Amino acid sequence: MQRIPVTKTPKVYVGGAFIRSESGRVFPVLKKNAAGTLLGNIPQCTRKDLRNAVEAAAKAGPDWAKRTPYNRGQIIYRLGEMLEARSAEMADALVISGAGSKSVAAKEVSASVDRLIYYAGWADKYEQVLGNTNPVAGPFFNFTVAEPMGIIGVIADDGAPLLGLLSQVAPIILSGNTVVCLASQEFPYPSIVLGEMLATSDLPGGVVNILTGFRKEMVPTFATHTHIRGVSAIVSAEEKKELGMGAAESIKRVRARRRGDGLDWMSEKSQSVYEIRDFVEFKTTWHPIGA
Amino acid sequence: MGAAVKSVVMPVTEGDITSIMTVVNRSSFSKLFDEIGSVDQVGIEERVAKFTTRSIKKGSKLWGLKTAVSMVDLTTLEGKDTPGKVASLCQKARHPSSDPEIPPVAAVCIYPFLVKHARKWLADTAIKVASVATSFPSGQSPLELRLDEVRTAVSDGADEIDMVINRGLFLSGEFRAVQDEISAVVEACGDAQLKVILEVSELETYDNIRAASFLAMQVIRSGDFIKTSTGKASGAATLANTQVMLEAIRDFYLATGIPIGMKPAGGIRTAKQALHYLVAVKETLGDAWLNSSRYRFGASSLLNDLLRQIEKERTGAYQAPYYFTEAAESY
Repeated sequence: MQRIPVTKTPKVYVGGAFIRSESGRVFPVLKKNAAGTLLGNIPQCTRKDLRNAVEAAAKAGPDWAKRTPYNRGQIIYRLGEMLEARSAEMADALVISGAGSKSVAAKEVSASVDRLIYYAGWADKYEQVLGNTNPVAGPFFNFTVAEPMGIIGVIADDGAPLLGLLSQVAPIILSGNTVVCLASQEFPYPSIVLGEMLATSDLPGGVVNILTGFRKEMVPTFATHTHIRGVSAIVSAEEKKELGMGAAESIKRVRARRRGDGLDWMSEKSQSVYEIRDFVEFKTTWHPIGA
Repeated sequence: MGAAVKSVVMPVTEGDITSIMTVVNRSSFSKLFDEIGSVDQVGIEERVAKFTTRSIKKGSKLWGLKTAVSMVDLTTLEGKDTPGKVASLCQKARHPSSDPEIPPVAAVCIYPFLVKHARKWLADTAIKVASVATSFPSGQSPLELRLDEVRTAVSDGADEIDMVINRGLFLSGEFRAVQDEISAVVEACGDAQLKVILEVSELETYDNIRAASFLAMQVIRSGDFIKTSTGKASGAATLANTQVMLEAIRDFYLATGIPIGMKPAGGIRTAKQALHYLVAVKETLGDAWLNSSRYRFGASSLLNDLLRQIEKERTGAYQAPYYFTEAAESY
């Protein structure tokens, strides 16, 4: 008997749920094979979807930040486990999207797993490294501690749709931030699959929200939304300027790296505790020394 | 009306009320429904689903948001309320925003004990002091005590009294007794305006909401209000139960010419919801009800979201909730 073909409706992962754009718009993405058949109609998210995703991130944030660093580390490790177990599916998603050959895709997936494990380890250690007890001229303890900033926007790299996204997301969320991401515009499908893995990884809904759509429509809103406290982005020179201007208005921290600025996600140089430092606030407190 | 409840014995003492409450008088319900008609549940729910699909943009959206601000009964009903909290609430009521285009709210709504403090801060304004009374939120104390509470609130300077009906009496079919209690409160109010809280989530059905609306409207005065909820029970105002009450107000107005105001309360937290409610009012009762003398929102956090959306319209940028005073969020 001939089976009726069952195809997947790609949906974005926001607030722990799989949704389509509030606008109902989609854009077709083709498979990179000889026939060029339809891979899927990807949601073309709008600034209203971004607004809703920010609300979801705001709702999830306080509980996520209150968890112990150890627990956040466990959860990020668990995400690594999920990706490892489904690495073939993810590599396949990269290949049919045209993001690279089979061997390149397999390398990108395993590097992504390694990166998650790397940052999972940092979750209960970065405060010892970034924080400090400061010597002061008086009978006081003086501490500097790192605290999460809140909601951070992440704009992914088209160059490495999976590794480029996770390398930005993991160091941001491990300190208790939540993120709203714009997936690679050119290769959005791997991020759709990533959403499905996030949903099974113990990560509370709303901590990582992934939107798909057009950079041109979304970047200005990332820049001006005052509830987004920082943006980590891989952008063109033009987008960098736009982000900077919007961020000046809404007083937000921007880490904009130019595409083709020698970014090599595969390299171990692109992972470090300073990636975590970029999106924490430092608080210094004074405490009297008892007798 | 009189014929519908002729069989009911007027309760004289609390003991009487308790004994009557154990017998559900079904015939009094069916007689009342014969008189006022019942509610088409599917029809109401389909109708209100349509209200949320209206596209309200730019100028009309801004008008709606500002109108909603002017209709807010800025509310604090917590055990931890203090005169200081009420003082800051009153300042917020007078000047919700630094933008002079944004009007003050309609009223502040507080517990009776705090009325005299609010009066002090609102003396030179048109903002009303509304006080919940009659053993809010349950209403389960002797009638004399409840009336005393109303009189005290009014003499302390309350312009408006939000009373709760006795849901137990209503559900046992003692309609005359329910109305007598409301009448007694009307009398105790003197010149103060009355809002009758039906606590719709405890009335169980749309038919009961319509019935309770009519019972209240038959004994309150022109310009008094009916109100959905205390905000303390599990369910709160929804578009559907508000619509049942709006249609009751419309039918009552067409039959008698007496305009009754409407106040949904509880669970209205976002500007978008507020616009949906305004659409319902406009399409059910018309422009005559689109002002604070006939329509109010009972809410505490709604005002901030309204201000936030007005600011978004002004600047074009989405705003963080913590940029507005008294916001609970900080993340």
